[in-house]
Amino acid sequence: MATPVKVYGPPMSTAVSRVLACLLEKDVNFQLIPVDMSKGEHKKPDYLKIQPFGQVPSFQDESISLFESRAICRYVSEKYANQGNKRLYGTNPLEKASIEQWLEAEGQSFNPPSSALVFQLAFAPRMKLKQDLGVIKQSEEKLAKVLDVYEQRLGESRFLAGDEFTLADLSHLPNTQYLVSVTEKGEMFTKRKNVGRWWSEISGRDSWKKVVDLQKAPPPKSA
Amino acid sequence: MVVKVYGPAFASPKRVLICLVEKEIEFETVPVDIIKGEHKDPEYLKLQPFGVVPVIQDGDYTLYESRAIIRYYAEKYKAQGTDLLGKTIEERGTVEQWLEVEAQNYHPSIYNLVLHVLFSDKMGFPADAKVIEESEKNLGKVLDIYEERLSKSKYLAGDFFSLADLSHIPFTNYLGAMGKMYLIKEREHVSAWWDDISSRPSWKKVLELYPAPILE
Repeated sequence: MATPVKVYGPPMSTAVSRVLACLLEKDVNFQLIPVDMSKGEHKKPDYLKIQPFGQVPSFQDESISLFESRAICRYVSEKYANQGNKRLYGTNPLEKASIEQWLEAEGQSFNPPSSALVFQLAFAPRMKLKQDLGVIKQSEEKLAKVLDVYEQRLGESRFLAGDEFTLADLSHLPNTQYLVSVTEKGEMFTKRKNVGRWWSEISGRDSWKKVVDLQKAPPPKSA
Repeated sequence: MVVKVYGPAFASPKRVLICLVEKEIEFETVPVDIIKGEHKDPEYLKLQPFGVVPVIQDGDYTLYESRAIIRYYAEKYKAQGTDLLGKTIEERGTVEQWLEVEAQNYHPSIYNLVLHVLFSDKMGFPADAKVIEESEKNLGKVLDIYEERLSKSKYLAGDFFSLADLSHIPFTNYLGAMGKMYLIKEREHVSAWWDDISSRPSWKKVLELYPAPILE
């Protein structure tokens, strides 16, 4: 049995959960290593050695250390191409290109406004930080325009990159999970017919349900 | 059939052009006047529904997002031109890491700087001094991390020029026009890296063919 890969960071982090979803889809055993962000562990010298930007997640297997969740997902999907979900990263160059297009659309168009909303509406209150109403309004407007494009696409295609669930859809799970389950902006997804249908399908996958369970588990007690 | 690249005057499409030149792939270009708002025309939105440049057409095939396009061509033409992806799965992983760093940590700050400092007048919105200040500060922090990395590695992903370095070229070039090239020049290893990658023949050719819309 292969040594489990290591993922550093709390499962409640959207970027960490993106990697966990991918590892579960690919049947790759992993060990989750806690990083106590409330104590600033991610900004301390020991952690900065493995992730110089002081962000989570970080990843290690027997041959490489990597950071940036979408890079880790691509690496895992390629390295473990022959196990788990073999269609996650496409089975030919054109399929893969379409996945890359929608992965980039997620990273460049979907992520900025949805991340801002997740921070403002789900995390700021927990951290007792003041919400910025201007940012919330602007982000919602931007996200609405992006979701209009998705609504059209998902009326023509079952998943973003084509007929199969891929990394492109997976990459959207973390931010959307927060928006739908703990904020009142979930309607942005559920009230759009095609986006709503797509959200139900992708969030209903076993791999994602397992990630949500990991997010709900109580955090490990620090030493 | 020759690849068509839309919007060559602008920075994101230039990522694609540099890649195509490095990979020795023939291409044509189609102008898109962003200043006139052509990227929001219904005809353009049929090709790129988010209303941004670039998009490419390769025969019947359409693809958008510059970093998706460069990955596609770098992989499709792996056997010709410059190798931009590394030789092993691990090298490719490191390329992906630094390409994501560019996309997630470098690009947002430099994009805001370029937009507010160089394009606000032409695009008809007020330059936001606070955005400019914060963007420059954030960019400086990212470049400090690059300085450390490039003191140990000739290029971002290792000892080879890759998509990760390439992706930085078009927007970083704008620092000159903004009078902010000191951000690069003040950092010894970043400066050497920039001199190296910006003197590649591919970049010189792209700049010569498609000068940036902001002229001195």
